[in-house]
Amino acid sequence: MRIALVATCLGDAMFPQAPRATVELLERLGHEVVFPAEQTCCGQAHVNTGYLDMALPLVRHHVDVFTGAADVVVAPSGSCVGCVRHQHAMVARRGGDEGLARAAEDLAGRTYELSELLVDVLGVTDVGAYYPHRVTYHPTCHSLRMLRVGDKPLRLLRAVRGLTLTELPDAEVCCGFGGTFAVKNAETSTAMLADKMANVLSTHAEVCTAGDTSCLMHIGGGLSRLRSGVRTVHLAEILASTEDAPRVPDAIMSEAR
Amino acid sequence: MTTTDLGMPTVASDPHGHLRGTETFPVAAHRALADTQLRQNLGHATRTIRAKRAAVVGEVDDWEELRRAGECLKADVMARLPELLEQLEASVTARGGVVHWARDAQEANRIVVDLVRQTGADEVVKVKSMATQETGLNEALGEAGIAALETDLAELIVQLSDDRPSHFLVPAIHRNRSEIRDIFLREMPDVDPDLTDEPRKLAMAARAHLRRKFLSATVGISGVNFAVADSGTISVVESEGNGRMCLTLPDTLITVMGVEKIVPTWSDLEVFLQLLPRSSTGERMNPYTSTWSGVTPGDGPQTFHLVLLDNGRSNVLASPDGRQALHCIRCSACLNVCPVYERAGGHAYGSIYPGPIGAVLSPQLTGISGPDDVNASLPYASSLCGACFDACPVRIDIPHLLVQQRAAAIDAHTRPTAQDVAMRAAAAAMATPGRFSLAERVVKLGRLLGRSGRIRSVPGPGAAAWFGARDMPPPPAETFREWWARTRGGS
Repeated sequence: MRIALVATCLGDAMFPQAPRATVELLERLGHEVVFPAEQTCCGQAHVNTGYLDMALPLVRHHVDVFTGAADVVVAPSGSCVGCVRHQHAMVARRGGDEGLARAAEDLAGRTYELSELLVDVLGVTDVGAYYPHRVTYHPTCHSLRMLRVGDKPLRLLRAVRGLTLTELPDAEVCCGFGGTFAVKNAETSTAMLADKMANVLSTHAEVCTAGDTSCLMHIGGGLSRLRSGVRTVHLAEILASTEDAPRVPDAIMSEAR
Repeated sequence: MTTTDLGMPTVASDPHGHLRGTETFPVAAHRALADTQLRQNLGHATRTIRAKRAAVVGEVDDWEELRRAGECLKADVMARLPELLEQLEASVTARGGVVHWARDAQEANRIVVDLVRQTGADEVVKVKSMATQETGLNEALGEAGIAALETDLAELIVQLSDDRPSHFLVPAIHRNRSEIRDIFLREMPDVDPDLTDEPRKLAMAARAHLRRKFLSATVGISGVNFAVADSGTISVVESEGNGRMCLTLPDTLITVMGVEKIVPTWSDLEVFLQLLPRSSTGERMNPYTSTWSGVTPGDGPQTFHLVLLDNGRSNVLASPDGRQALHCIRCSACLNVCPVYERAGGHAYGSIYPGPIGAVLSPQLTGISGPDDVNASLPYASSLCGACFDACPVRIDIPHLLVQQRAAAIDAHTRPTAQDVAMRAAAAAMATPGRFSLAERVVKLGRLLGRSGRIRSVPGPGAAAWFGARDMPPPPAETFREWWARTRGGS
């Protein structure tokens, strides 16, 4: 299948591990990945901070870039896909552009978060991955409650050879990131992060994984500040790791980079 | 969606009532977050009530259908609110009640004070009511020399300690039982000095304190859970029986209701009386459901007044999206599941309506007056995690309303803020691929800060908020698009 990749602005500029792993995983599974180079950002930060007028050109740009790119679009981010699926048409309609709203809805119907693409569209749960580490999974809010990905990421993780999955207590509670919430209400955000980190540490996992780089940046940033030794790694990186080309969990906040 | 034109929408005015605090949410939350006792009390209470709710909601096979029924009934009510209100007025009047219309908090308070004065009473007993907390009725009665006694146990605790409620259902949720014992010992005359913090002993002390007042009061004041338009029936649901006392013993009953509390027919109660107790107290059914229609000779209050309160609700109704906030049945499920509420507590919201629903209702009721309006900070008091929507028994899309109210807060900017400038610059860079690549190259300069493998601080006020508790990795040596171009030869 020909699949267009939304690298996400954060993934492109700051955390290229996740989109790179997505490309390598999908190619390994025999699919063709295209990267429309004109892409920038889905506009989520603007939308969720309330800058709906400013987000309109970003929505238009995203729709223009991806509409003809491929039949199916994937992003290794629950919140970016959540924005595309639940907010792009709203922004367009608010801006009075019904044509754009319809085009955004059409594109949204073909845009998937990585675990949705793998399980629902490509029909695989065992992607042939190998990752001999103790891992706990944080289901990010937008994956869980906006996209309703359910247990798809867990089914994918359970099929990974060598991986020991440990259950995260209070997993469904927000980590406290919330985009600009993390700085506009930094103290409340940090209080939520403290509880999430305590739960992560209670699992004795080496790695905390999730489907959103932004939440991992927040959780990983806190775990790094504590010098906890627990790494945050995107789900795509675990699924891309194989016995022939194992990935060591050195992704975010590593001394070795 | 249909729109209902009520003429020029009014917003709630400030000097009266409790819809706006004096500090922004982050400032108020700063104090609450440092209060370890408060954090313990709230964490314990919300965990307990979340588990109870989850258990009783899980027993109902058609819970999702019930939620949809509640949502549709409320949408219907909002679409024809003027018609239903007139029908309610006619049916209450036909059954011997007197209906009053109040534009705002001041008008509602004046109507109630005048009605109490006409009875000659200098003391009233009150059923727990959000509407009268909203209008600041107790203060207005006090200024008129009328003592208002709260009879709900938690509301009594709040009143005795000269405090403010911090939750719809459990207004003293921020207190634990030893704090409550201390309040009773300090403020209750004739209390047993050996009072312990055993819940049963505390309830008995409150009961002894209140019983005398129930028997002597001639005026009762209540709010409304549901008002049935076609029969003129008013309903109040409660757990303690204090409401039943206030609604039946006094000779005069004055009831204040927000205009959105209406349901079209008696049979609609079937839906809401299943949704409300399971969502609020986590009970299958609340212990007391009182319903009354006007006046019944020889049975209960012989004079009944119903005060219909707008106080900004027509402003909310005028917004096709925002009016969903009026669907709220004040169950407080969204407060109990909200990770922000659990940590910052109800007082941090300033308004009497805290939590996720308060964060979208309060700024709509008051309007947002400008960039310095403290209520403009409320829609940002959320990580948009969506737990509130899942818990809401009438499916109010609170995350969507939070985003809409954030947009309203930004529309109220009379001058560009630093955030406006930064977001505009970011939007300009992101709308153009060339500029986006340039911005990425600027980001890469951050590698200079992260030579030790992690960045621990960066100059600037916004950065300080992040780096107070979180590191950041240095930007990568190679962006994704550079890697793609190198390994896949461009797009």
